[in-house]
Amino acid sequence: MATHLRPSTAAPPTRDAPAPGAHRPREKLLSRLDRGGSPYLFIAPFFLLFAVFGLYPLGYTAWVSLHDWTISGKGDYVGLANYRQLFGDPDFWNALGNTLGMLVVATVPQLVLALIVASLLNQQLRAMTFLRLGILLPIVTSVAAVGIVFSQIFDRDAGMANGLLGLVGVHPVDWRADKWSSWLAISTMVDWRWTGYNSLIYLAAMQAIPRELYEAAAVDGAGRIRQLRSITVPMIRPAVIFTVISSTIAGMQLFTEPLIFGQGPDAISGGSLRQFQTVSMFMFEKAFRNFDYGYGSAVAWMIFLVIMLLTAINFFIVRRMK
Amino acid sequence: MRKAGPLVYLTLSGAIVLSAFPLYWLFVIASRSNDVVGDWPPPLLPGSHLFGNVSRLFAAEDANFLKGMANSAIASLAVTVSVVFFSTLAGFAFAKLRFRGKNFLLMIILATMMIPVQMGIIPLYMIMVKLGWEDRLQAVIVPFLVSAFGVFLMRQYAERAVPDELIEAARMDGCHTFRIYWTVVLPALRPGAAVLALFTFMGTWNEFLWPLAVLESDNPTVQFSLNQLSTSYYTDYTLMFSGALVATLPLLAVFAVSGRQIIGGIMEGAVKA
Repeated sequence: MATHLRPSTAAPPTRDAPAPGAHRPREKLLSRLDRGGSPYLFIAPFFLLFAVFGLYPLGYTAWVSLHDWTISGKGDYVGLANYRQLFGDPDFWNALGNTLGMLVVATVPQLVLALIVASLLNQQLRAMTFLRLGILLPIVTSVAAVGIVFSQIFDRDAGMANGLLGLVGVHPVDWRADKWSSWLAISTMVDWRWTGYNSLIYLAAMQAIPRELYEAAAVDGAGRIRQLRSITVPMIRPAVIFTVISSTIAGMQLFTEPLIFGQGPDAISGGSLRQFQTVSMFMFEKAFRNFDYGYGSAVAWMIFLVIMLLTAINFFIVRRMK
Repeated sequence: MRKAGPLVYLTLSGAIVLSAFPLYWLFVIASRSNDVVGDWPPPLLPGSHLFGNVSRLFAAEDANFLKGMANSAIASLAVTVSVVFFSTLAGFAFAKLRFRGKNFLLMIILATMMIPVQMGIIPLYMIMVKLGWEDRLQAVIVPFLVSAFGVFLMRQYAERAVPDELIEAARMDGCHTFRIYWTVVLPALRPGAAVLALFTFMGTWNEFLWPLAVLESDNPTVQFSLNQLSTSYYTDYTLMFSGALVATLPLLAVFAVSGRQIIGGIMEGAVKA
């Protein structure tokens, strides 16, 4: 960082100062060094570590993706060949479709449910803290533990989901076998873990809405549902946007739940026909199972680009809705 | 404010039952024997096999569960202390000190905050290989010692929580800047720092993909061990459930002690889990 020298504004030390004043110039200098240098010292550890372990790997991913690069080291520069291969790879498109599919299947009901729970919580309630703690409980469960519990619940033979469906006459579902059923099971895990968290975010936003708005609406004869649609949702728009974007980013990186759900040594492929392999699993498979770093890096960049694209689309829709 | 009717309580109670049930189920199956796992109607009360299952868990080959627990505890504590220290330090500098390039540097932090670390894991892995850190615990600690999100959060918090007069007064008393940080700023930041600490601890404890990439089964984190169980013992549900239960207990303990603060952190915004 550039040192930052300012013309001295300090008064020159008086010559006839007695003994105690002898320390003054040194103290002043130290104080100036402290004021000028400390801010940089305070932020330096962050930027140093962040540059090495955060920014550099990100940029370097792009460089690796332009090479034939495997576990044995760097090979030829191949330009965009990895990307060309990727665009022609049906497994990649399958993984992308799975990821986007689960993103929609998980996020939409999750945010609607969160909205309902939040509006229920936004009333005069007894045991308010208890209720909030209760709905937040899932967030403190280890993600892998969530995967294990729900893998059992959605087991074909031993699972409770099929048991309950049996009560209403539905035949046992082999949850891992098909796209729709595995997506549903995995989305359930995601929703279970995140609905409470999102509803607290909505609740916080709802508490900032002036009560007069509701009173006026009630006078005009608007019912609860109407109030929710015409007052609450528009007023908490920033919170909704925040949850949509963060769910999108998290959804594009979905990894742990489908991996644990897959069970067994071949879980990384997301089922025998790749029914529930996500793009993150695909990247992991290419880079850390097949040791094709160049190809894996191309996948990483594509994930990043899709996240950017989806965020941009989100913003675009929000603009249009204004 | 509207007063809640009985229907609201009923619905919310239903939501809480749904929230809590999988955790309760975790406990039920972890304390049962394997031959009742698939029964219908399912066993809804805990059994007596918890200790047997847990000792089977600690003895399970390839999982190294005890070591995974110890490793995760060390990594989570180290990352938490470091993230809180460096975030409060840098957050204080960004909020309260004047220096050239401040706004530009802050912009960099903001711009990179949303970029998923996952995207850089292949080169990160190469760095670890270069350093000889594959399968070493520092591989899951050192890259996470600082957090852009933490710096940003502490900066926001410091703007509100630390009055300028307090800093000026300390300067008058002849405190140098680090001393001001330590004696004046840090105490004022404590509530915000506590929330950051909680979320950092939980996040590190739950870290899954990176340990899976860089560690081996002889030196795992607890999440890695869980994945080992689900790879090698996936028919043994009581074993997997006791693993999931033991792996979740530390987080439940954190939640029991500081659940209110976690709620406060989420509701004040700016906290991601």
